[in-house]
Amino acid sequence: MQMSGAQMVCEAIIAEGVKTVFGYPGGAIMHVYDEIYKQNGFEHILNRHEQASVHAADGYARATGEVGVAMVTSGPGFTNAVTGLATAYMDSIPLVVISGQVPSQLIGTDGFQEIDAVGISRPCTKHNFLIRSLEELPRVLKEAFYIARSGRPGPVLVDVPKDITVEIGEFKYPDSINIPSYKPTYKGNKRQIEKAVEAIKSAKKPLLYLGGGIVLSNAADLVRELAEKTQIPAVETLMARGVMGAKNPLLLGMLGMHGNYSSNMAMSETDLVISLGARFDDRVTGKLSEFAKYADIIHVDIDAANIGKLVDVDYPIVGDITKVVEAMLPQLDDIDTDRFEAWRNILKRYDELHPQSYVDSDDVIKPQWVIERLGELLGENAIITSDVGQHQMWAAQHYPFDRPRQWINSGGLGTMGFGFPAALGAKRAFPDKTVINITGDGSILMNMQELVTAAEYKIPVINVILNNHFLGMVRQWQTFFYEKRYSETDLSFQPNFKALAEACGGIGYDVSTKEEFDAALKDAIEQDKVCFMNVQTNRFEDVLPMVPSGGALFNMMLPQKIDNSKEVK
Amino acid sequence: MANSINERHVISVIVMNESSVLARVTALFAGRGYNIESLTVAPIPESDMSHITIATNGSSRVMEQITKQLHKLIPVYKVIEHEEMVEKEMVLVKFPIAENLSDISALCAAYNGGIVNVGTEMVIAQVADEPKRIKHFIEASQRYNPCEIVRGGVVAIER
Ligand SMILES: Cc1ncc(C[n+]2csc(CCOP(=O)(O)OP(=O)(O)O)c2C)c(N)n1
Ligand SMILES: [Mg+2]
Repeated sequence: MQMSGAQMVCEAIIAEGVKTVFGYPGGAIMHVYDEIYKQNGFEHILNRHEQASVHAADGYARATGEVGVAMVTSGPGFTNAVTGLATAYMDSIPLVVISGQVPSQLIGTDGFQEIDAVGISRPCTKHNFLIRSLEELPRVLKEAFYIARSGRPGPVLVDVPKDITVEIGEFKYPDSINIPSYKPTYKGNKRQIEKAVEAIKSAKKPLLYLGGGIVLSNAADLVRELAEKTQIPAVETLMARGVMGAKNPLLLGMLGMHGNYSSNMAMSETDLVISLGARFDDRVTGKLSEFAKYADIIHVDIDAANIGKLVDVDYPIVGDITKVVEAMLPQLDDIDTDRFEAWRNILKRYDELHPQSYVDSDDVIKPQWVIERLGELLGENAIITSDVGQHQMWAAQHYPFDRPRQWINSGGLGTMGFGFPAALGAKRAFPDKTVINITGDGSILMNMQELVTAAEYKIPVINVILNNHFLGMVRQWQTFFYEKRYSETDLSFQPNFKALAEACGGIGYDVSTKEEFDAALKDAIEQDKVCFMNVQTNRFEDVLPMVPSGGALFNMMLPQKIDNSKEVK
Repeated sequence: MANSINERHVISVIVMNESSVLARVTALFAGRGYNIESLTVAPIPESDMSHITIATNGSSRVMEQITKQLHKLIPVYKVIEHEEMVEKEMVLVKFPIAENLSDISALCAAYNGGIVNVGTEMVIAQVADEPKRIKHFIEASQRYNPCEIVRGGVVAIER
């Protein structure tokens, strides 16, 4: 069929089954927007900042497992989108971002709103394309979606010069793909898997180290089966929260810088690490030379470059978690689960010794209480997004995540401002679920313009602001490592959050007691409108346990033991 | 640690002919802090691919990362870390015509080369040999006051 390049872009999006596109128009992409106006195969949501468009598409992708799509114009539209691309890249999230570009003849002339988008995005995309001719457009669009979702997923940018969007040509969306240089490995090496299984059977203190790759591979059920069959205890990374389910007795908790005591001790004492879709991030390992010092390591990862990057691996397996665990399971039928009982008991003892705890208060709201309360009231029904800081860590530590894709946060890049737009994407994908963005008084301001988007499109996301009047996480480091010199972290000067939400068409709540919190949450869910819930918490709460940066995992600063006496801060 | 010794390595990268593929390869080296000692690139006859040869140095862990990261690039078809290879480099040197041309000629001959161009004021010599020998040749040619030296970068083929 004959059509314009702009129409081809829309047709490809429809052919890929995408229902929602997030974006922001401008000169170079106007022809595409003109076609968006005419079609009804997908809806377009106008965010109020391109960064938010990409985060929203990202939240949509994380919640559904499908490719998220965002659209931006050239120059400043594209540069605003870069943080979104980098955020998705670091967490391996499948996105296709379409950017307008100045007309082909103007490329390289410093034309109005020209910027080298493929140059800038090269290190923060899985792949990117600058369209050279109309003929290649259908194939490139098809490849972009394929590359984004296959192998180790990631964001792909397609930069389309304006003249190509006007040009008319033949459109046939390809059925198949052939990229000779790109053949991801899904099936793990049979021999290596057998060896790994033998190692599991002969270990005394094995530990499942579960990462975000399990979520990306939709392998949580299989991983639970593996844990249950072998009765091997498990620790989750920040990105894997929900994989085992909070109630699972084999789950020790989250490991790493803010991991709980038993998880970090388990990693320090294990004799066999079974790493599934985790990548030994420095926030997880602490001091590398002390990390899992007594262990052999099985490392399953779809990205060969992750294996052996930071630690020496004894059983490397390149492949998709689903495929590899499927292959492992039948070989473990005869495993003797009693073998690990002593080990499980030690870890149980560790957890009793130093449970994940905090000292609650009747005088002031503790941030951890808010998270636990949300967990009690909403449990597995809600989708939780977060921004970056202390509130994020408390959410990861205290919310009882029950399933993968319930917890959406920027782990790799740590992008403040991610939570709210990501929540919009998740809510659009699952309108019947309550979507809560757990955020801070610093982070929420970094994409607060999305109040307008949420109000306009009636996307009722609940923003729970744990307001400590600080850039809390940075303040915590200043307390511990900079002799309490609170350089530029005091946020005592605040906007009126309630009025701000109301000014944009949402609802605001000021909350300073537990009763007010319960009432506000109930009302927010009933009102079904975007809201800011401004929760005053104590200012100087720290995220504990904490492994100081670069320290060994077993050297944790631990929370105060609970003695039931009232604490006043 | 045995794998922390820095050694020279030569790798061949077979890539699809795409406009930005060389930029992707070099950006990867720049962005991850790897060294490029020399780099050559040319199309592979009768194919839609090109052959990039990179001489680099690093520990075995770094080399492993370089090859894996290169392989991850979508248009990279194949990465060969050379072990048993034939390696050659070409160099062009311009000498003043007033120098002793027969000595220069003899020197070039000793390194598989010769004088390839004679002008009114300058002669140009060409030598193609192993990189180590090219280095020796350049040192030896210093006494004839070369006014310009252009090295071509390494090409290699596995034996
Ligand atoms: C875009 C961005 N800028 C800066 C940082 C560094 N940073 C990490 S946490 C943090 C403080 C966040 O403050 P707030 O949102 O109030 O959360 P809190 O830690 O107080 O819960 C900062 C500034 C970041 N992660 N992202
Ligand atoms: Mg704060």
